[in-house]
Amino acid sequence: MAEIGILHYLIVAALLFILGVIGVLTRRNVVIVLMSIELILNAVNLNLVAFSRMWGLHGQVFSIFVITDAAAEAAVGLGILIAFFRNKETVNVDEVDLMKW
Amino acid sequence: MFFLEHIWLIPLFPACGAAVMFFFGRKLQKQSVSAVCVLAVLLTFVMALGALLEYPSYAKANPDKLGYETTLYTWLGSDSGLPNYLTHDGKPAALRADAGFLFDPLSGIWLLFVTGVGTLIHIYSTGYMAHEGGYYRFFGYLNLFMFSMLTLILANNYALMFVGWEGVGLCSFLLIGFYFQRKSAGDAANKAFITNRIGDAGFILGLLTIAWLFGSIQFTKVTEIARSGQFAIGDHWITIATLMLFIGACGKSAQLPLYVWLPDAMEGPTPVSALIHAATMVTAGVYMVARSNALFILAPTSMKTVAIVGALTAIFAASIGLVQNDIKRVLAYSTVSQLGYMFLALGVGAFAAGVFHVFTHAFFKALLFLGAGSVIHAMSGEQDMRSMGHLGGKIPVTFKTMAIATLAIAGIPPLAGFFSKDEILWRSWLHAEGSFPYLWTIGFVTALMTAFYMGRLVFLTFYGQPRMSHDVEHHIHESPKSMTVPLIILAFCSVTAGWLGWPASLGGSNHFEHFLEPVFSAESEPSHPVEGNRELEIGLMLVSVAAACAGGGLAWRSYGKAGKDYQEPIAATAPPVYNTLLNKYYVDEAYDYAFTGRKKVGPVRLGAMGLGEASSWFDSRILDGLVNGAGWMTRAFSSVSKWFDKWIIDGVGVNGPAMLARVMSYPARALQWGLVQWYALVMVVGLVGFVYYYAFR
Repeated sequence: MAEIGILHYLIVAALLFILGVIGVLTRRNVVIVLMSIELILNAVNLNLVAFSRMWGLHGQVFSIFVITDAAAEAAVGLGILIAFFRNKETVNVDEVDLMKW
Repeated sequence: MFFLEHIWLIPLFPACGAAVMFFFGRKLQKQSVSAVCVLAVLLTFVMALGALLEYPSYAKANPDKLGYETTLYTWLGSDSGLPNYLTHDGKPAALRADAGFLFDPLSGIWLLFVTGVGTLIHIYSTGYMAHEGGYYRFFGYLNLFMFSMLTLILANNYALMFVGWEGVGLCSFLLIGFYFQRKSAGDAANKAFITNRIGDAGFILGLLTIAWLFGSIQFTKVTEIARSGQFAIGDHWITIATLMLFIGACGKSAQLPLYVWLPDAMEGPTPVSALIHAATMVTAGVYMVARSNALFILAPTSMKTVAIVGALTAIFAASIGLVQNDIKRVLAYSTVSQLGYMFLALGVGAFAAGVFHVFTHAFFKALLFLGAGSVIHAMSGEQDMRSMGHLGGKIPVTFKTMAIATLAIAGIPPLAGFFSKDEILWRSWLHAEGSFPYLWTIGFVTALMTAFYMGRLVFLTFYGQPRMSHDVEHHIHESPKSMTVPLIILAFCSVTAGWLGWPASLGGSNHFEHFLEPVFSAESEPSHPVEGNRELEIGLMLVSVAAACAGGGLAWRSYGKAGKDYQEPIAATAPPVYNTLLNKYYVDEAYDYAFTGRKKVGPVRLGAMGLGEASSWFDSRILDGLVNGAGWMTRAFSSVSKWFDKWIIDGVGVNGPAMLARVMSYPARALQWGLVQWYALVMVVGLVGFVYYYAFR
């Protein structure tokens, strides 16, 4: 059993990222899309934290920023979502085509 | 001098009477209506009489004045006296018309008989109209008429005179149409008014010409300038001005060719015919010409026109009167004929004689009309003499007074008509100056006819066999006191009025003419070429008296014992002549063809209605055609413009670029199909592509 190194973290983060991208691209429900975006962001956070273990605390600081950003993004996203739901009574992303020509 | 200084009150009394009738008449009792109106006119009579009595002493004190003049205020034009227009010789002048009153012998005489006869006729009307509707309306109109007539008489300038002139025209219209339920009355009223308008246009043109020539329209000033010798005798402009004035006089005084309204005016109530259409209003034209005598003297052509028109009217109307059957129509034509006499007198320069005839005529013609009214009253409204006869014993007062009036108008001495008519005939004889006296001849024949038709009227009405229906005959009664007393007073005047002008040749002093002398200056009376030829004058008088007797005798022979089947002598001897006369020379028909256009000449309509039709055609075809053409052109242009706008501007200019943008943008739009996740997928694929390219190259 080899010692858990940087590579393992990167693989896990990459898997998480791919899962998030697949979730964003395939799910119709916006809530799940938003959650998938969180997944992508957290994959990045994992990378940052992993790198900070080897090269100093900068990565952790940056991950705090990302978490803040994620919270803000979730708040704005959900706000738009509620406003949209009031208009269309749906949260399916393929029905969001108002801006289409 | 109280009455003279307050002459402006004279027209005011009847004006107040008319105003009271206008505002409160409907609510007043008949007694109060007659009290107010008769009193108003009676007061004017008293005032007029007072002023006339005071005038001689005033004239003696002011020998240089033409008459007593008083001004209340400036009614029209420049009250500051500043000039506001240029006269014919380029001098600035001020056009102004005062509410001013002029009392001189001429207006004094007119005042006297207008108010005198007016009062009597008002009293008569209280009896005559007692059973008619619109009693207060009738008296209101009568008072309004008196107001207008007195304004006309007392005015000191042509403009104010014109106010009265129009006022009497209006009242004439209202009173002719008094029985407005009858269409014929309304038509007659219209006819009178419209015919008078033609004359009035002449009056206005004359007035303006005078203002332009003299720089004033005040009678005294115009007379002074005219007599100053500033204008030569025969001046063209004065001729035009006087002819225009004479057209006005023709309209108002029913002379050829504007006389047609007067016979129809008999549609009005009989007192109206007596007051307006016999005694007073129709003499307004004579008054106006007499007022302008200084101008007419300067225009011999106008004088000649006046004389000839007067003479022709006299004989023309008298000949129609010979055969008319309506009692009032005979009198109407008689009035026209007598007015012709008056103009004949004016035209030959015998102004005083003309005025004298107006004066005497007012009494006996008013009497004749009132008598006729009394007859009609007795006959239950029948006016046709063919259905009368033998009334003499049944209505004795009417009969006797009318007989007096008939003798007076026929010219039997010593009644009023004799003096005035013979004065006119004598002056027209003198006027011929030795050449053939054709004016006298016409006047003489007219006198013969007058005697005949008046005799016919009296004999058909009062003598002969009764020809009315039994009901009517049963109902015949003498009129009430209110009607017979005025008749008696007028009969008295008809006898005596002429004595005022007892001619010198018969040993009189002719007060009347001397009284009028200041108005008609010495040069207005042309020198008498055969002055003092007393035998000739008396001889002519005898001839005309003989003619009057002959006319009366002829009438007696034909109608004195007229039964139910009496024959018209003219119809028996010359039926075409009779028919022509009976139809009034077809003048009304001719006017219908030529002037009113009520009848068509073949397919063409002439006259006023023809003009109306022509202008209607011009309006609807030419003017409206132009309008519609312009509209049509606009529409056509707008269609082209609309096409251009729609297809070129909107199509090519505006929509063209948009279409181009749309076509060009198609590929770009095709990418934007609106599925967010596809965009994300493309991003991811692109990102992966980039990463792959940079990482594994």
